[in-house]
Amino acid sequence: MDLSYGEAAEAYRAEVRAFLGSNWPPAAEVRGPGLKQFIREFRRAATEAGYLYRAIPKCYGGSEQPVDVIKAQVIREEFARARAPMEVGGNGMNMTVPTLLEKGSDEQKALFIRKTVDGEYIWGQGYSEPGSGSDLASVRTKGELSADGSKWIINGQKIWTSQGMQSTHMFMLVRTEPDAPKHDGITYLLIDLDQPGITRRPIRQMTGEEGDHTFCEFFFDNAETPVSWQVGERGQGWYVSRTTLKHERASIGSADGLGKQFSKLVELAKEVGRIDDPLVRDKLAQIEGFVLSHRYTSFRLFSCAAAGEDPGPVQLMMKLLLTETGHEMALLAQELIGDHAFVEPAGAGGRGSRGPRGPEKWLDQIMGSLGNSIAGGASNIQRNIIGERGLGLPRDLAMSGER
Amino acid sequence: MHFHLTGEQAAIQDAVRGTLADKWPIEKIHAFADGDADLDRASWDALMALGLGGILLPDSGMGLLDAALACEMAGEAAAAGPLIGQLLAVAALARSDSAPARSHLNALASGETIATLVHGGSGFVPCARSADFFLIVDRDAGVRLVAAGDATIDPVKASDRTRPVSKVEIAPDAGEALFAANDAMTARLADAALVLVAADALGGGQKVTDMSVAYAKEREQFGQPIGRFQALKHQLAHMALDIEPARALVWYAAYAWDAGLADAPRAAAMAKAHLCDAYVRATRAAVAAHGGIGYTWEYGLNYWFRRAIFDRAWLGSPAHHRARAADLAGW
Repeated sequence: MDLSYGEAAEAYRAEVRAFLGSNWPPAAEVRGPGLKQFIREFRRAATEAGYLYRAIPKCYGGSEQPVDVIKAQVIREEFARARAPMEVGGNGMNMTVPTLLEKGSDEQKALFIRKTVDGEYIWGQGYSEPGSGSDLASVRTKGELSADGSKWIINGQKIWTSQGMQSTHMFMLVRTEPDAPKHDGITYLLIDLDQPGITRRPIRQMTGEEGDHTFCEFFFDNAETPVSWQVGERGQGWYVSRTTLKHERASIGSADGLGKQFSKLVELAKEVGRIDDPLVRDKLAQIEGFVLSHRYTSFRLFSCAAAGEDPGPVQLMMKLLLTETGHEMALLAQELIGDHAFVEPAGAGGRGSRGPRGPEKWLDQIMGSLGNSIAGGASNIQRNIIGERGLGLPRDLAMSGER
Repeated sequence: MHFHLTGEQAAIQDAVRGTLADKWPIEKIHAFADGDADLDRASWDALMALGLGGILLPDSGMGLLDAALACEMAGEAAAAGPLIGQLLAVAALARSDSAPARSHLNALASGETIATLVHGGSGFVPCARSADFFLIVDRDAGVRLVAAGDATIDPVKASDRTRPVSKVEIAPDAGEALFAANDAMTARLADAALVLVAADALGGGQKVTDMSVAYAKEREQFGQPIGRFQALKHQLAHMALDIEPARALVWYAAYAWDAGLADAPRAAAMAKAHLCDAYVRATRAAVAAHGGIGYTWEYGLNYWFRRAIFDRAWLGSPAHHRARAADLAGW
């Protein structure tokens, strides 16, 4: 085993570093709209150089680079080191674009990818409904063709849409063939959210978070979208959506975030004067065993990806491992913050305006760790996936219709 | 960048696994477990014939990672014999300046003679009655090689039936001194031992998880395989979650030792603590997943359960090594 990236990668690193040296950061006096413009131009230059939007064809605003996980890793590391912005985040890049690249029409690719890459289009996910959570294929929001066959008319409700208040567009699953078997009656549609038939409402979260940054519910009352915005065949939407969920999973498990959060937990133990407590030291080391397992397994997955080998079931475990470890950290944090837990942190939920925050800020993680076990595939669904796809256990009879 | 097993490493594991499947099937384990011997010569000799004894020779082209992969297979099969002691005795002798001690190197590397590991501070030693040599590794007193004749050995009724211990007494100045307490090699050998025990625990934890999954696919209740029921499926998923990601922790600890990285001592402590806890959890969960059959002697799960108890306590408990890891991190 060898954790160095090799000479070619180090040469590439020097190249990336030189690029960043002459293009980032902006001068101190660049602020406000000027800063936004600077970032836009920086991204454009970085794309030109082949560092960003590597999987996206040039004609849609990407840099169209051959797959190279080592180069991609070097780019991530160097951009992080320079604190330079990478690609715009969110559902658009994680889900819409990969889906369109795989299943979209040329017209759809031309219409949506470049504007998503530029951050002009922001996408909300229209999957869950009040009656359809883990049993996603039971969606009931209805799509019917207009009399002239040119538009889909949509009625129903979608829920738990992150970034919903900022979203300009939505990708959604609607039932278009009510008489077909559950999974074969769904169509995948793209829709413009700025129209009279759509009402959106923020849902206040348990963190207290509300307003622009929370998740939303959407009501559709004869909303419309052109038939040409349908992705894939009519009735095949379930299978189209599998592409995007796969992408979402890949992006949740891979981050360095767990290790950083653990370091902060150690800092917290020092800050509150508990770092010399043998029980706290033992618990920290116990948690770190899982943090390091996650970290070194990400090396393993990376190494397999670079070699084009299948890492096996362990890739299905990363999200649950991350989530479970987050719960353990939350419980220890709760022990450590003691009385500080009586105080609601400023800017609860981690967004919005905040002043200086003391140890009570861990309430964000303590509550947020629960969000992780729901978003992006609930933990019990993850356990099913590990058991069935990973260990080859027979499918639950109630779910045996799933593919 | 390479952080998964090479084809060659996988092939070595397959060879060890195949040899043990052939020489150490469950019937052999049953017979051995109720006998008086503390070593099964046939399966041990077969492992030595594969060349495992020489893995940690400096010119073998292999390293602690390869030794760990062999120990993982021994853990999976619940193999008899002091494999960790043998590997480390060869590693120690090959790096020592003591000519009398080095004269035993070739016979140990080839498996002609047997060495077992004595953990400084503990009087219990696995496979002591069959050993020709005792390798004492003690962070506070250094590393020594002691011939069997210089030790007093009292057999006990051992709980681990596959690597039975005896109570051993050795005078502090017996045998040959290989490394002083303050020699860096003493700590390195102690660290290597931790990684190899973690690897044994990994193999055992994986084995009982595999046994539980296989049983859940075969065993039917209410007209269907019990593995279809979500309650059990989720328990099995957690067993796998406890073991499979931890594999990389063992790999990293072994790699760090081989590469001489600064965090190698801490990685060894973390791996020992984490894997030995996980092994205990896995064997407990495996008995629960099997139901009544898992609680029987005949089914054999208990051999791994007992090894998990041994691995956890041997060379220091998880809590002991977590305390060391906390100190080493400068917390």
